[in-house]
Amino acid sequence: MIQILPYGDAALIVKAGEDISPYTNGIIRKLMVLFDGLKMEGLLELVPSYNEIMVCFDPLLADRNKVVEKIKSLEPFLSAVELPAGKEIEIPVYYGGKWGPDLAYVAAINGLTTKEVVGIHSSVDYLVYMLGFTPGFCYLGGLDDRIATPRKSNPRLVVAAGSVGIAGRQTGVYPVQSPGGWQIIGRTNVQLFDPHREPVFLVNPGDKIRFVPVTDH
Amino acid sequence: MPDNSITIGSPGLYTTVQDGGRFGYQRYGMPVSGAMDVYSMQLANWLVGNQYDAACLEATLTGPDIHFADTCLVAVCGAGMAPVVNGKDVAAYQTIMVKAGDLLSFNTLDHGCRMYVAFSGGVDAELIMGSRSTCQPCRLGGWKGRSLLKGDVIPLGNMNNNGSGMKKVPEVLVPDYNRPCTLRILPGPEVGRLSFEGLRTLMTTAFVVDTNSDRMGYRLAGLPVGLHASGHEIVSSGIVFGTIQVPANGQPIMMMADRQTTGGYARIAVVSAIDHTLLAQLRPGDEVTFSEIKANEAHRLLGHRNRLINLLQ
Repeated sequence: MIQILPYGDAALIVKAGEDISPYTNGIIRKLMVLFDGLKMEGLLELVPSYNEIMVCFDPLLADRNKVVEKIKSLEPFLSAVELPAGKEIEIPVYYGGKWGPDLAYVAAINGLTTKEVVGIHSSVDYLVYMLGFTPGFCYLGGLDDRIATPRKSNPRLVVAAGSVGIAGRQTGVYPVQSPGGWQIIGRTNVQLFDPHREPVFLVNPGDKIRFVPVTDH
Repeated sequence: MPDNSITIGSPGLYTTVQDGGRFGYQRYGMPVSGAMDVYSMQLANWLVGNQYDAACLEATLTGPDIHFADTCLVAVCGAGMAPVVNGKDVAAYQTIMVKAGDLLSFNTLDHGCRMYVAFSGGVDAELIMGSRSTCQPCRLGGWKGRSLLKGDVIPLGNMNNNGSGMKKVPEVLVPDYNRPCTLRILPGPEVGRLSFEGLRTLMTTAFVVDTNSDRMGYRLAGLPVGLHASGHEIVSSGIVFGTIQVPANGQPIMMMADRQTTGGYARIAVVSAIDHTLLAQLRPGDEVTFSEIKANEAHRLLGHRNRLINLLQ
């Protein structure tokens, strides 16, 4: 079921499938549970994504063949792993107006009212598949097709931290200010990433995010 | 021991505080950052009695002017920037003793790209998420999340008092950065995306490092490296240092210390750990070729170099 691919002399890829689906991502999360219980000298880092885990090790401390053996030894235990239910995180959002300059466009291009777009966007529990791109940025699954909208043809030079957006069939929150081409429909004050806080990151893969419209603004 | 510090005069083109890197947070999207040339940083730290990954300064192409508040051991390793103390030439790859009021500066770079300046006690920048490395794309870490500016006063840690003494790195451990560079590479997870012509182009032709190259990634210019149709993209996945990716225009990009943690281009190959020091010393205009190395041989070379370093202790 799982494939192990070479990735230079200091990493390996453990692959559970080619697709993006809660099922395949679930296998990755189960593997992470098994990995976290392992003692492996020289293991530097595990980086899970949609359908694989990048295993990084110190080549001076860890023997690559032994790492491969250890990974293969986990596979029989996969079916026994009970995935902990992810946290459910509510993210209050100021939709539209100056916080969501592209809300009207998203509505118009999809033949909806802005109220309908907000209603649809905030009615789903989005699965957090993985984090990447910038610290704290969550790749969310489950965006309703009715409000899917292509990226802006002219990306903005500056997108404010906390901006909530849509790009194609993806939705997410910009945790830090950066350039970007997403359609911005709202803004949140929640800081998904704060290097001086414990926990530094509020969200883990497997958590669920629900956007909650803030009505008094 | 009174607190020591350095004051920066002219800061050099791009000087940042770096240590061994910020590990444990790639799964949250936090780049590793850290020294581009970990090997040179390791040697410099050894020379001043620090842990191999203690925070130091990474200088790029031109070096900073550094004024010392107090006595300190200093060492310089990496690119060919001859260090100068109070106007007199001193040697790189050797422990240097400086005292209060001394000025360390650097002659023009004659080869390589990055130089590591280690101070006994290390650079005492704030520890953020376990590291003192600067992640400039995130504006975080190191010295205020940015490169150094004139007038910066930077504290140093307490000098290790077990008197590590004056040392010199033996010739055999100093890499040859001068000749045309060949990087030995291993296959990446998507190596199968290469077309036959693409593989041949990658392994038998020369590329030039483009000016549009930095701590996030190096862009190479040369004959286009062909992939199978629609083989360029992958679902967002993790990326290690030294990964070679090939976007649709066929011009390879090499992922470096400040790379984003995940990306959507095929991971064709990766530079072997033993050659990371050569990679990090490439600069715009340098020519580079690639050759294959087997995993066993790469491991053997790395182990051999490490044993030599351990003999120094």
